[in-house]
Amino acid sequence: MKTDRILTDHIVSVLVHNNPGVLSKITSLVTRRGFNIDGISAGPTRQNDMFRLTIVVKGDDKSIEQIQKQLYKIIDVVKVAPIIKSRMVGREICLVKIKASLSDRHEVLQIINVFKANVVDVGGNGLIVEITGDSDKIDSFLALLESHQIVDVARTGIVAMNRWDRPYK
Amino acid sequence: MNGARIIVESLKKEGVDTIFCYTGGAVIKIFDELYKHGEGLKLIQPRHEQGGTHAADGYARSTGKPGVVIVTSGPGATNTITGIATAYMDSSPLIVITGQVSSTLIGTDAFQESDVTGITMPITKANYLVKDIDDLAVTIKKSFFIATTGRPGPVVIDVPGDIQRQEADFNYPDTIELMSYRPKDTGHPKQIKSTIKLLSKAKKPLVLAGGGVNLSNATGEMNEFLDKTGIPVVHTLMGNGVNPADENQFLGFIGMHGTLYGNYAIQNADLIMAVGVRFSDRIVGNSETFAKNAKIIHIDIDPAEIDKNILVDLPIVGSAKSILKEINNVDLKIDITEWKNELINYKKENPLSYGKGKLIKPQHIIELAEKYFPEDTVVVTDVGQNQIWVAQYYRIKQPRSFLTSGGLGTMGYGLPAAIGAAVGNPDRQVVMFAGDGGFQMNMQELGIIRKYGLKVKMIILDNSYLGMVRQWQELLFEKRYSGTDMEFNPDFVKLADVFEIRSVFLKDPDKAETVIKELAESTESMLVHIAVDPDENVLPMVPAGKALDEVLTKL
Ligand SMILES: Cc1ncc(C[n+]2csc(CCOP(=O)(O)OP(=O)(O)O)c2C)c(N)n1
Ligand SMILES: [Mg+2]
Repeated sequence: MKTDRILTDHIVSVLVHNNPGVLSKITSLVTRRGFNIDGISAGPTRQNDMFRLTIVVKGDDKSIEQIQKQLYKIIDVVKVAPIIKSRMVGREICLVKIKASLSDRHEVLQIINVFKANVVDVGGNGLIVEITGDSDKIDSFLALLESHQIVDVARTGIVAMNRWDRPYK
Repeated sequence: MNGARIIVESLKKEGVDTIFCYTGGAVIKIFDELYKHGEGLKLIQPRHEQGGTHAADGYARSTGKPGVVIVTSGPGATNTITGIATAYMDSSPLIVITGQVSSTLIGTDAFQESDVTGITMPITKANYLVKDIDDLAVTIKKSFFIATTGRPGPVVIDVPGDIQRQEADFNYPDTIELMSYRPKDTGHPKQIKSTIKLLSKAKKPLVLAGGGVNLSNATGEMNEFLDKTGIPVVHTLMGNGVNPADENQFLGFIGMHGTLYGNYAIQNADLIMAVGVRFSDRIVGNSETFAKNAKIIHIDIDPAEIDKNILVDLPIVGSAKSILKEINNVDLKIDITEWKNELINYKKENPLSYGKGKLIKPQHIIELAEKYFPEDTVVVTDVGQNQIWVAQYYRIKQPRSFLTSGGLGTMGYGLPAAIGAAVGNPDRQVVMFAGDGGFQMNMQELGIIRKYGLKVKMIILDNSYLGMVRQWQELLFEKRYSGTDMEFNPDFVKLADVFEIRSVFLKDPDKAETVIKELAESTESMLVHIAVDPDENVLPMVPAGKALDEVLTKL
């Protein structure tokens, strides 16, 4: 009998030495162990040679634990920390290129206002809009724009941290 | 000092005495420095880089020292891949230095360029492409440190030609510390205390010894533990070598082709102390039913092995040696007479057995070899039925004395690994068992036995089949022997002859004892080509994915 595994999104934050090939070592390891990477973002940290990666993968709880242990076996990996859903602060940036004639723009701008997004480029045929937020917010923003002509979407993938402990219980 | 010389001097600093190496354009400079400054370094030149890598692996497993390989770029490097993957799966420490095209040419599809760090990424513990001459010595230091500490494994160092020619000061670090790599040796005291508690309460305790016991040189501590407590022991393929004083405690190897009594012990124990194992599918069978009545204590140096294949009740992360030492310091009072009697009786009623006939039974040959070879012999196998028969019938009583490709199951491992063992153990006997199929995968290495004056005793168990696969076809495919016959095997006696190795053909069961005795006593290398019963099967057998008590005793 095959036991059903409950697959959910998991977010892992990984601190690494930025040595050559480390990014491909990490992605290849995650893939090799049977996971799909749904999102990955990387950037420098305050320490010179260290990078922080935020990886989103789908899996059940047990296999996610296994992935974290396997990641530790990459010599350049310094720290692996799971991001806990209930305590997560997560942000993504998304750029949307929208085709909008002058007459359509009013409605688009309203949506932009409601979502506190920014217009970062205006051309004769349309706009480029930048929005920052958690992934749900970006998803709903894109859904609302669906009735307009979206030409292109570029998302950074999530960066995330666990919140400070609350000072009270 | 130039980069090539830095490599040579670094190897000396690491105390290396033997290098398995094969030259080519991208390492010609290193060979030149070895020629000029290689005093104290023995160079073993295989006939194929795969053979060289397995030989380095055999050297490493049998001596406990890392095996060092130097090969050229491109095809030289890719020929080592099977050897590296084999070492990786069985946690064998190798340092593989590959030449690379000049750093200015990397990425241009230059002659004999291949992306060695890319190709070896999933089969190495770490790998490096040296792009700056100032990093060379420290990279070598790091590589030896990583390969030999914690859970050992192969490390690849890719060195471009221009780096080998550039000049730099030679400063070899005495020690090295890596912020992101700190293997933990000692087990958590609380976990050790809990272990003692579980052990003292258990009515049916059992020890499962794995490759980690050999790798951490903990066989002494393991035997001491077994002798002190009287707890029965089973082992995995890689864990061969444990040896309690009381033979009744020893229940052989478990899993797909484990002994009936070994598997019985696993399924009926109430506590299993597993040391240095990774619970591979060949050991576990069905993970839902494995050791279904037992609590499991899992001692391993690799935290990633905990709860990977089997959920355990009490993990202890650390080296087998240090943890067993701690446990041995405690006086354990346990009374398990009833359990021991149960196992002794079960073993008596369900021994390993094979039939007799007009043809030679391979198991009989193995028993004879065990009888005539000294106890400290290094026993090497290839892969297939021959391998499992040796694991079942040859009682290995010394650590690091059973070399076999367990995790990868690499046919062609036997002969070169035996050669590597002979290089590293000139004072010990080395006996190799191989099938007719696997032996032919690296038989070119016969060519170096005489060259280096090595003493290797070789037994080819020729069943004219890729026997292990034929057995599966008999069991699962109604004897449709597709792709498993070996009808046109060469005359192995003649083959040995052209390499000037003494050789004998054996077919008559009545002559077997004399021939094997002669093999054991021969003062030079010798090959025995044995025609064995082609229809013999490895039994008992737990079909893949089944519980260890759903076992077949005939096909
Ligand atoms: C390199 C490689 N190729 C294929 C296999 C699959 N395989 C496993 S056992 C086996 C048969 C081995 O035959 P032989 O060497 O004659 O040994 P026997 O089983 O007959 O003792 C094969 C083909 C393997 N393990 N390794
Ligand atoms: Mg065969």
